Amino acid sequence: MNPAPSVIIFTVLSGMGFGYLALLATVHDYTGLAAFWHWFVGYALASIGLAASAFHLGNPSRAWRAFTQWRSSWLSREAWAAGLALLALAPVALSDWLQLGLPRVFGWPGAVLAVATLAATGMIYAQIRAVPRWHHWTVPALFLAFGAAGGCLLAGLRLPSLLALLVLGGMMALHWRVGDGAFARAGSTLGTATGLGGLGQLSVFEPAHTAGSYLLHEMIFVVGRRHVPRLRALALILGVALPFLCLLLLPGRYGPYAAVPLHMMGAFAQRWLFFAQAEHVVGLYYGKR
Amino acid sequence: MTCLPGKTERALGLVIDLDTCVGCQACVTACKGWNDQGYGVPLSDQNPYGSTPSGTFLNRVHSYQVQPEAAAPMIVNFPRSCLHCTDAPCVTVCPTGASYKRVEDGIVLVNEEACIGCGLCAWACPYGAREMDAAAGVMKKCTLCVDRIYNENLPEEDREPACVRTCPTGARHFGDLADPGSAVSQLVAARGGYDLMPEQGTRPVNKYLPPRKKDRPDQASLLAPLLDIQATGLAGWLDRVLGKI
Ligand code: SF4
Ligand code: SF4
Ligand code: SF4
Repeated sequence: MNPAPSVIIFTVLSGMGFGYLALLATVHDYTGLAAFWHWFVGYALASIGLAASAFHLGNPSRAWRAFTQWRSSWLSREAWAAGLALLALAPVALSDWLQLGLPRVFGWPGAVLAVATLAATGMIYAQIRAVPRWHHWTVPALFLAFGAAGGCLLAGLRLPSLLALLVLGGMMALHWRVGDGAFARAGSTLGTATGLGGLGQLSVFEPAHTAGSYLLHEMIFVVGRRHVPRLRALALILGVALPFLCLLLLPGRYGPYAAVPLHMMGAFAQRWLFFAQAEHVVGLYYGKR
Repeated sequence: MTCLPGKTERALGLVIDLDTCVGCQACVTACKGWNDQGYGVPLSDQNPYGSTPSGTFLNRVHSYQVQPEAAAPMIVNFPRSCLHCTDAPCVTVCPTGASYKRVEDGIVLVNEEACIGCGLCAWACPYGAREMDAAAGVMKKCTLCVDRIYNENLPEEDREPACVRTCPTGARHFGDLADPGSAVSQLVAARGGYDLMPEQGTRPVNKYLPPRKKDRPDQASLLAPLLDIQATGLAGWLDRVLGKI
């Protein structure tokens, strides 16, 4: 699949943002100006991400319509969860900033919605059976793990961060492991795609078109797959190992300060791979994957 | 809207005969021609006369080579367009309700007024049947020529999809696949029509007819009796005499 920058930026930033917002609403109780800045960072990450995703649309002006199909569509559910989370958290954020003393329990509904947003983002990909690498529960689990790790790091919670990073590393490895055999397990081949499999050895004789097309550009993106092992190593080292070491070795606040940018770079590497490596079954028609 | 109708009254679709398709691409052209001026925005082309042309098509024809174990290889031409699936994954993923399956005839359509161009439906389709129009930013797909098949302004014989109407070998058939008595259903039954990628769980309405069995090269040639040439007349006499020496 085409690793479109808008979607990569969206999923990485808003993933961190919603993870952070959930923690701000429940665990933390900053007050005054400190609260303002912390909430500002959370809201900014979440909404920059949402804005970036709009660039992916062919007709952004109609984006409101994405709220209408929550009964069947995960993308619609994500839009609802994200919108409601940002709304539900606003009173808590205001109360923290202006020291109105709203009890922490008021943060819980918003936190649950923020977590639901992360899960819904994962389900948008996991529901797509035509991309076998994505069609698995490890995908929403991975998005949740990223939200937890990014959120804890931003919140500067040392022990939870260490745990979340360990879980994240494990989920990444599991997702890769499961994903590598997924296409073969799905059972789609040029034979099933054309129904000609029983007749003999099948190969592409002529492509349907010599020029480019939306399909080739969007679904049959084969360019970036050469660097898979290197990018996986980068994602693990930058996203998990180095932030872990920073937290262990650097004193006080410096740990999280150093860990956050490293973790973010790792997340971008992982997300790029998440798209670039995902093979759509339509590639079979073109003799590609 | 994007919940699928449990059951449709009819299941209109195509039956494509891989035995007779010669890969002439006439249906590709007819489809593009009709749908450029019919339902929804035109099918745009990008840089059509330049070095990297591309464009939106609702129907594409591939060519595959089949090498059987003990027979001559063959070429199979393979038209690919929307299969109007019963369990269409492209419909349920749509966040806006733009994609829908009609209850009355099972046709899967995009309401372009509501489409935000998110592209998710094209990801969900295993068959590559949906292409985003780069000029309009909305999703295009085969409409089963919904603006022809019910169009009373057209002469009766033209009230079928453009690709079916144009095919010079009659490799594309159109009809109601929910009705076991229809011509297309009988054709499917007689020729062993099948689904593409059944493992994807989409339950396509469109069916494909396999290429018919070809002659085996090891079967005796029709020309065999003619190959045993017996000389007659002077040549025959010479043949016999020379044989005796
Ligand atoms: S062929 Fe693709 S676009 Fe057509 S109904 Fe099936 S899944 Fe949807
Ligand atoms: S591209 Fe249009 S039709 Fe397809 S899922 Fe998005 S809104 Fe629906
Ligand atoms: S039915 Fe109409 S829209 Fe569909 S492939 Fe044929 S000509 Fe194109």
